[in-house]
Amino acid sequence: MADDAPRHSLLVRTTHWLSTVCVFALLLSGFEIVVSHPRFYWGNTGNPNTPSLFDIPIPASRPWVNTGYSYVLPDQNGWSRNLHFEAAWLIIFTGLVYVIASLLNRHFRKNLLPAAEPRAYNNIQRLAYLSVIFVLLPLAIWTGLAMSPGIVSAYPLLVTVLGGTQSARTIHFAVSMLLVLFLFVHIVMVCRTGFRNLMRAMITGHS
Amino acid sequence: MSPLSRRKLIAAAAGASGLAVAARLADQYGLTPPDSGGLYGPGNTLTYASQRLLTRHSLAREFAPADIAKAPFAKLRPFQIEAYTRSQAVGYADWRIGVDGMVAQPTSFSLADLRNLPARTQINQLACEEGWSFIAEWTGVPLSEVLKAVKVLPQARYVVYYSIQKNWVQSIDMADALHPQTLLAYGMNGADLPMGHGAPVRMWLPRQLGYKNVKFITRLTLIDSLKNFYKAGSYSWYAGI
Repeated sequence: MADDAPRHSLLVRTTHWLSTVCVFALLLSGFEIVVSHPRFYWGNTGNPNTPSLFDIPIPASRPWVNTGYSYVLPDQNGWSRNLHFEAAWLIIFTGLVYVIASLLNRHFRKNLLPAAEPRAYNNIQRLAYLSVIFVLLPLAIWTGLAMSPGIVSAYPLLVTVLGGTQSARTIHFAVSMLLVLFLFVHIVMVCRTGFRNLMRAMITGHS
Repeated sequence: MSPLSRRKLIAAAAGASGLAVAARLADQYGLTPPDSGGLYGPGNTLTYASQRLLTRHSLAREFAPADIAKAPFAKLRPFQIEAYTRSQAVGYADWRIGVDGMVAQPTSFSLADLRNLPARTQINQLACEEGWSFIAEWTGVPLSEVLKAVKVLPQARYVVYYSIQKNWVQSIDMADALHPQTLLAYGMNGADLPMGHGAPVRMWLPRQLGYKNVKFITRLTLIDSLKNFYKAGSYSWYAGI
């Protein structure tokens, strides 16, 4: 029995690694996009002529952003935007498959919902995974869509309830920083609790 | 063959033929963008197809006069184009916008001609792919009025538009070209369009990002295929996202 039942199901393993590829692609391309304008605002208007909510202290890839640096980084937005949206599509499909299957096969109920006597994952881990799956990633998708002029022409509520395009962009950035924090803790924990064993389990299913 | 691998094989075959059918249907209903090939083709196609299905007739957000930004921004860097400087000196009185290609009546419009056509004023946001934005009031002639005047032939599928600045060429499909909010804009915030924002005429389509809103428009061409016009550039052709 122990040999037959994998520690992670094929579905969990596949969607985990697809999401890993997507998240790294999104973070890398997202960073490159931010470099073109490392200033953040609130509301619908925000540009080099208006005061910012906060700035990220890095040089920019465009000369009209006043960063305090005397040089301008190369513009990488072309491939960055293409990669960002392609990875966004892939993680949306991956997430849909994962969430629907995990509702049907009770993966959420068995392994992720906080329990009185939790097995495998403790309750803090369970809450961390659930908040990434049901709060941070959906919020990232929502705030991303809220920046799309085409999408908000059909669904203006997506952006108006957030306070505007610039508010959506600022929240999108904050959410991505929380995802980076989760990723950092996640990787540190994997390294500290048996890297080889846990990697083998997430790749082959068996530890 | 084990039941599991047979199941996988059937699923893979169904998935592959499903994709092929989807691609055929997308082509048939005009849901394939010109940059549907290559590494980023799948993402470009999904974005364009889903927005065409969900937003074909939707109207860009319009704002109240109080929302107009006190500090609009134009990232224009100075340029030296003799023809432009000359036209600017005479208040763009000699500026012409030629409309050609798949039209029954190729026409060259002066600014006065454009102003004699029905006008529309709307308060929209301009959003740049870099991340900045502002709200302004835009006035111009709906592109659909210009296209009506030149009698577009039924086989035309795209409008290509040119700036006086070299290498500034963009194109849109007929859904965007005939959209009521797509303007050849000659006014901004109650005055003539300022030089930095593309005087005398810029393309204004608030459902797409700044880089499709080309400044200093000199020519429109109607065509049925972008094969010879669309250079595989680094920015996606459809910019509703």
